[in-house]
Amino acid sequence: MFSACADPKAIEGLSWLSCYLTSGKHLDFYWSFVIVLILLAVTAPAAMIFGFGGATMARSPIAPLRWVGKAYIAMVRGIPDIIFFMFFVIALDQGIEYLKSLAVCPAGSAWPWQGLEFRVCAEAKVPLATSSPLMFQMYGFFLAVFTFAIVFGAFVANVLFGAMQAVPRAQLETAEAYGMSHGQVFRRILIPQMWVYALPGLSNLWMILIKATPLLFLLGVKDIVYYARELGGSKTQVYEYPHGDWRLYYFLGLMVFYLTMTRVSEIFLKRLSNRLSKGQATAAGEAMRRAGA
Amino acid sequence: MKKLLLAATFATLGTTAFAQDVVRLGTEGAYPPYNFVNDKGEVDGFERKMGDELCKRASLNCTWTTNEWDSIIPNLQSGNYDVIIAGMSITPERGEVVDFSQPYIPPASSAYLTLSKDTDLKSGPVAAQTSTIQAAFVAENGMKLVEYATPEETVAAVKNGEAVAVLADKDYLKPIADESGGALVLLDKEEVIGGGVGMAFRKSDAELRGKFDAAIDSMKKDGTLSAMITEFFGPEAKTW
Repeated sequence: MFSACADPKAIEGLSWLSCYLTSGKHLDFYWSFVIVLILLAVTAPAAMIFGFGGATMARSPIAPLRWVGKAYIAMVRGIPDIIFFMFFVIALDQGIEYLKSLAVCPAGSAWPWQGLEFRVCAEAKVPLATSSPLMFQMYGFFLAVFTFAIVFGAFVANVLFGAMQAVPRAQLETAEAYGMSHGQVFRRILIPQMWVYALPGLSNLWMILIKATPLLFLLGVKDIVYYARELGGSKTQVYEYPHGDWRLYYFLGLMVFYLTMTRVSEIFLKRLSNRLSKGQATAAGEAMRRAGA
Repeated sequence: MKKLLLAATFATLGTTAFAQDVVRLGTEGAYPPYNFVNDKGEVDGFERKMGDELCKRASLNCTWTTNEWDSIIPNLQSGNYDVIIAGMSITPERGEVVDFSQPYIPPASSAYLTLSKDTDLKSGPVAAQTSTIQAAFVAENGMKLVEYATPEETVAAVKNGEAVAVLADKDYLKPIADESGGALVLLDKEEVIGGGVGMAFRKSDAELRGKFDAAIDSMKKDGTLSAMITEFFGPEAKTW
């Protein structure tokens, strides 16, 4: 980055360190923090959408919808994450390429699954072999977000399902007595009141999601833990910046990052919980009312 | 610049013609000096240099990608890249699921890296990377095996006493021993395992394999391959 860094083996001390910390690989490392934050920012709402859909379906009066919702929750919650992340992503990737191959490959192409191999014509590859590395990274990132959203969505669905059941029946009955339709009761009474019941479960999931981001590496996205291990490992003279085993320092840095993330989340979730409890017919809401009065 | 942009646009549009010519090379990126990710964040090492030369000779347009060692064969079969070029030794077991090119590195010695010259290999577990010929060798020869996902971790295991030795390619261990200031040494005992290092292809990709085989041939004949081996692995390394 700096001109002084042209020959790293000739410099030492502070300038060596500043060159070392701005090497291309370190810039990739810093960028991976941004990737993790973006992943969290995109996955959380996506998982909420999956979860909300799952929960709504699971308590739907229409039987087939209910079955789909319940099956989704039971299947995804029951499969270990690591199996899901290894198997599902390869299957998803092959599924996408298979669908694309139906559209773009010449007619009469061979069936893609041949023994252990999966082959589609070059035009059906996603992304195309000619695409830039950036496209490959973005595709990997998309697969990661989608997989995380499905897995965490199932847990969210279960939390929301429980929260919907927890809203006092008397509240819904009163709304019905006012002549509201099924949909109106759902939108105006059930949804606004369920959050306070859902929040403890959702905040747990958010914490777990933060800690689950190193699973990204299984999906081919290079995350902060991958880089910490890779950069911290001892380096021989083949590298520009040889050094010993520095993994401890890198992992200490990660510890600070994760603790900061979870601490900030805790403070924010506590505030949110207070806000949602206001005026609710729960113990927390009642305590607030007494304190205010 | 404009011409370049135009060329790039055509390259993306004319996918039918061009897509065939891009060959994706997959490597591990954690096994210096065979292959590693350098401080600029690019794939580097012996295999990078040789691979680029092979692609030039075979008139192929190659790009590099990294994949962890554990899943390097399944991802080849799934079509995420077309060639494995990752210091992979040719063995009959692997030959059942992938097809190998001819070897580009002759069968090389594997060495034991330990804390002292008189270490007894039976006195404790011996470390090796998962799914390597060395791991199989340790298990088959009456030593206690501990496996690690990356080469780096096998060396760390010896340093902190979890294992009494690492068995790995000598070309990987030698620089580590040389630079440790005497803390780590290589035993005199060496093992010759495997049928040399080759590139791995999908079984259905005979045409691509043929192109690379021809390119390896031409590099062997004019001596460039031997020169490269000496450049990266030192004068003692076996050449063609």
